[in-house]
Amino acid sequence: MEGERPDPPDVPSAAHLMLTRYISDLQDADTPANPIQPKWHTGRLPNSKQGDGKPRLLLMGQRRSGKSSISSVVFHKMPPSETLYLETTTRITKDQMHSFMDFQVWDFPGHLDYFDPAFDVDNIFGEIGALVWVIDAQDEYLDAINRLNTTILNLQQHYPSINVEVFVHKVDGLSEDYKSDTFRDIIQRVQDELSDNGYENAPVSFYQTSIYDHSIFEAFSKVIQKLIPQLPTLESLLNSLCSTCRIEKAYLFDVLSKIYIATDTSPTDIGSYEICSDYIDVIVDISEIYGWDRSNPDAQKTGDSSAQDVSGDSGNDDAESLITMEKKGSNYLYLREINKYLALICIMSEDSPTEKKALVDYNVSIFQEALQKVFQR
Amino acid sequence: MNPSNPQPKRQKQRKVLLMGKSGAGKSSMRSIVFSNYVAKDVRRLGATIDVEHSNIKFMGNLMLNLWDCGGQDGFMEHYLTRQREHVFGSVTVLIFVFDIESREFPADVINYSNIVRALEECSPSAKIFCLVHKMDLVQAQLRERLFVERSEYIRAASEGFKGAVEFFATSIWDQSLYKAWTQIIYYLIPNASTIETLLRQLGEVIDAREIILYERTTCLMVTHVTRGEEDRNPFTDRFERVSSILKTHKQSMAKHTGMPATSANFAEMHVKTGRFMFFITRLTENTNLAAVIPPSEQIFNAARLNILLARHKFAELDIASKPRMDMSQAMARAAGTGWEMNVGKSQAGRTTSGEHAAIGE
Repeated sequence: MEGERPDPPDVPSAAHLMLTRYISDLQDADTPANPIQPKWHTGRLPNSKQGDGKPRLLLMGQRRSGKSSISSVVFHKMPPSETLYLETTTRITKDQMHSFMDFQVWDFPGHLDYFDPAFDVDNIFGEIGALVWVIDAQDEYLDAINRLNTTILNLQQHYPSINVEVFVHKVDGLSEDYKSDTFRDIIQRVQDELSDNGYENAPVSFYQTSIYDHSIFEAFSKVIQKLIPQLPTLESLLNSLCSTCRIEKAYLFDVLSKIYIATDTSPTDIGSYEICSDYIDVIVDISEIYGWDRSNPDAQKTGDSSAQDVSGDSGNDDAESLITMEKKGSNYLYLREINKYLALICIMSEDSPTEKKALVDYNVSIFQEALQKVFQR
Repeated sequence: MNPSNPQPKRQKQRKVLLMGKSGAGKSSMRSIVFSNYVAKDVRRLGATIDVEHSNIKFMGNLMLNLWDCGGQDGFMEHYLTRQREHVFGSVTVLIFVFDIESREFPADVINYSNIVRALEECSPSAKIFCLVHKMDLVQAQLRERLFVERSEYIRAASEGFKGAVEFFATSIWDQSLYKAWTQIIYYLIPNASTIETLLRQLGEVIDAREIILYERTTCLMVTHVTRGEEDRNPFTDRFERVSSILKTHKQSMAKHTGMPATSANFAEMHVKTGRFMFFITRLTENTNLAAVIPPSEQIFNAARLNILLARHKFAELDIASKPRMDMSQAMARAAGTGWEMNVGKSQAGRTTSGEHAAIGE
């Protein structure tokens, strides 16, 4: 880290996630060799020559609080049970999120004191969008809170617009009562400290998370959403789609990370997020199994790329899916691929029966067009 | 298929013993495969006292009679002595579960030998499947070696069954469980070839790349038919993966919609991408059919209709008490009733694949 100090950004402001950045860089991108999106992070960047210059999410917290587990589960799709075998992180690990959203995740070893002058603070905090602070709820957390407070106070002086997101982690092992008590206690302690120092409205939010359920993904979704400048537009587009098609709940998902970048403004419950998220798993897994390249190997040798395009009468190549349940009157699920990275998932109610799928299809394609205008070059 | 059960027309009760040391994971396995448990829920299960029976009805005339035998030493002794005939008589399959983490592996194998001896005595025609379980607790790079080592050791202690024992490395946390159970079920199905022939014909008619027939509650594959270029599919473990995917999804739906897992079946599901179309629809009372076809609405609709028409054919296989007609007759009837009707459409589909080849060149 030391030594190679690039020019610090002039104004240290919170970076926004440039959703458009991906699209505009698309031409120079080296396309993945495998047309099936790799399930595992390959470490290759689709669209940048060097790693830096992207908004960052910083994962910080005490050692053994679960930072590396979080980044492995969320960004590498590691099964939660496997995180037991993760080694202690000894140096800053940078992960590139190569998806519709274009950002880096920096995993910090717990023992580092990054306000030490030896560290290039500007380099670390210069372009970050959000600081994710992980607190182990099953452990003594007073130390962690002290360090968090120092960090927030430091940040407030130099980089006041950075969002601080506090993950009260490993809550899966706690009883309901104990869980909410701990959560409230942590919020209280942090806020007291902040207001004592005169920062009443510091951008600090709190989440209860666990890698054994979907809460970590939901928390990350909310963290990411704050960094998307177009969020209000997306929400209102989804709202109008929902009211036109009588959709109960619609999510715009980033398929690879299973983070949703927007949803309509009707109340969210974790249940419907989980349904959609599990549904994506089904689609992704099945696509992986049967989406292999069937094109003739001879044709590939001659470099005839058009051989792949044999969809014929299929209408569109975007993936779409529908699940209807056996029980009468229950909801069903609708999925439509919006572009390479995003998918729209709707939970439909009985108001909008399956027979009307064609209408929904049409409306969704309008929505798709609108979205393209939002993210235009 | 099995010499110990010579009458083909009666419903077949297949007695399956599930044995192994206490805490090896027998009941956990059973709850996940047959009772819609999620892997992480099994820690709530208590010890099995004596024997727990469950009956599971499968495709065709197969009725699985599963004996989950509590593994504590006291029970084991009881099975081997006073209940020897009762427990080990007329067994079709013995599933023996070994805990990979067990600290007294040699002792487990001695127990196993005793059981095998009893089995050899009471049902010499039985088949043994050994599951080396809890593989998830071993680090990934050591798994293969440890599994091979253990299976050799166990095989050496398998008495008269030495050559015929089959080994599987399993874990409730991934699809390896389904892989093992799919093999076991396939072994147990009495009329697999009949079902396969029918499926193959159906596959011809709807021009499917692949058809998978699976049981609805367990999501275990009964059998599958792969046609044409789908043989080249690089994912050879796809069948147990599909089982695992569907089961997980079913549990997810049950959990979040609040309905019991037994009724959280989907009526229909389809996934379409530029490369394939995958759909699942109901076939018989206990089975669903998953088909992979070229990505085309036209082929899909024709296929759906054809499956609807073929349903009664498969339903006849399901009804155990009713004597089935001769295979050739069945085929003749099938050809006469409606199956032919849509062949024209499916030929349209074939032309597309013909074009595919043309473009390929």
